[in-house]
Amino acid sequence: MNLMSDQSLRISSPVVLLQMIVRGYLRMDLKVIIRALLVMCLLVLCMPSVWAAQDTPYKLDIGRGGQCVRDPVWMRKNHMHLLIHQRDEVVHKGIRDDKISLKNCIECHASTKDDSVIAREDSFCVACHRYEAVKIDCFECHSGTRKSVWLQRNAK
Amino acid sequence: MNDIHNQRRSFLKTSLGVAAVTVAPGLLLFDVAHGKSEAVSSKVRWGMLIDTTNCADGCHDCVTACNKENGLSGGLAPTDSQWIRKIEIKDVSAGRSFALPMMCQHCEEPPCVDVCPTGASFKRADGIVLVDKHRCIGCRYCMMACPYKARSFVHEPLHNQNPDVPRGKGTVESCTLCVHRIDAGKQPACAEACPNKSILFGDLNDRNSEIAKKLRTVASVQVRSDLGLNPGIHYQGI
Repeated sequence: MNLMSDQSLRISSPVVLLQMIVRGYLRMDLKVIIRALLVMCLLVLCMPSVWAAQDTPYKLDIGRGGQCVRDPVWMRKNHMHLLIHQRDEVVHKGIRDDKISLKNCIECHASTKDDSVIAREDSFCVACHRYEAVKIDCFECHSGTRKSVWLQRNAK
Repeated sequence: MNDIHNQRRSFLKTSLGVAAVTVAPGLLLFDVAHGKSEAVSSKVRWGMLIDTTNCADGCHDCVTACNKENGLSGGLAPTDSQWIRKIEIKDVSAGRSFALPMMCQHCEEPPCVDVCPTGASFKRADGIVLVDKHRCIGCRYCMMACPYKARSFVHEPLHNQNPDVPRGKGTVESCTLCVHRIDAGKQPACAEACPNKSILFGDLNDRNSEIAKKLRTVASVQVRSDLGLNPGIHYQGI
């Protein structure tokens, strides 16, 4: 029985590879061991690019960044809930907590190059939303520019 | 015994002070930036008293200030937003003419709120009548209901809005009494800009406020008071 032909179809897991090496060792089959080791080496070499790809598969300009109001992983999934909650608080009750506010998001995450979260393909809001194909209409009314910069531009 | 207490107290004070100095720089800067964390209350009712006898003919400073603050184009076409207008009135029989600024009157019983089908038009607890543009579908029923013609509809896409004043195509808008400035403890832009100080802004419910005192002493009217809407804007000299 050729061990390799059976196993080659499911060499996706490192555990399978380890099993192959052990079996090859037990059967004193050097070929199998070498093949398994080669595949493992290849996988290990590929790891960095896989990790990078899993983090952000698109280019993203996070602007000034820094300490976010919540954990970034949580924010990636739930920022819309914070925004929709605070929008009602602000508009109807006048609770203007600067910490959780769209203006504050923009303050930190507007690009340091053009002071905007929406100006370019890799801008903070655009990059993710384009990748996920989620159309947002926040910026049809809201400004995507830092307030300080907006004031400078409209000082006349 | 007292001595020990005092020593302990001063020790605690110093150590707290030291801790504050070491921890504070970052925290304090962050804290200063915080806005209000309390909801507006109905104990306050914002309003204005406009002295038309002081309002100069041909002066449009309030309109200009409003346009600049809220990012309006300043155009006068039927499709351009106008949050505040200067109106010249002439009493034909007597020949007396005068001018006054007219804007959303921030009624206590606003008809625009009554007719809004989505709940976008609403009155804030402190008496400011606003449009929640997140909910506005642009039906313009409120514009028809308003007896003061105070509301405008945004017909064209807008760009480069004031970060504090979001405005956008397809929604109805009107004077917000500069709600973003009020929440920051400032006056509305028109009241601040008036060269003759003809626009007095303040809390109608506070008996000691300047506006309440003046309302007690001078004759003033609300426009179309016959409608029983109890507007927050009062006029003197008409």
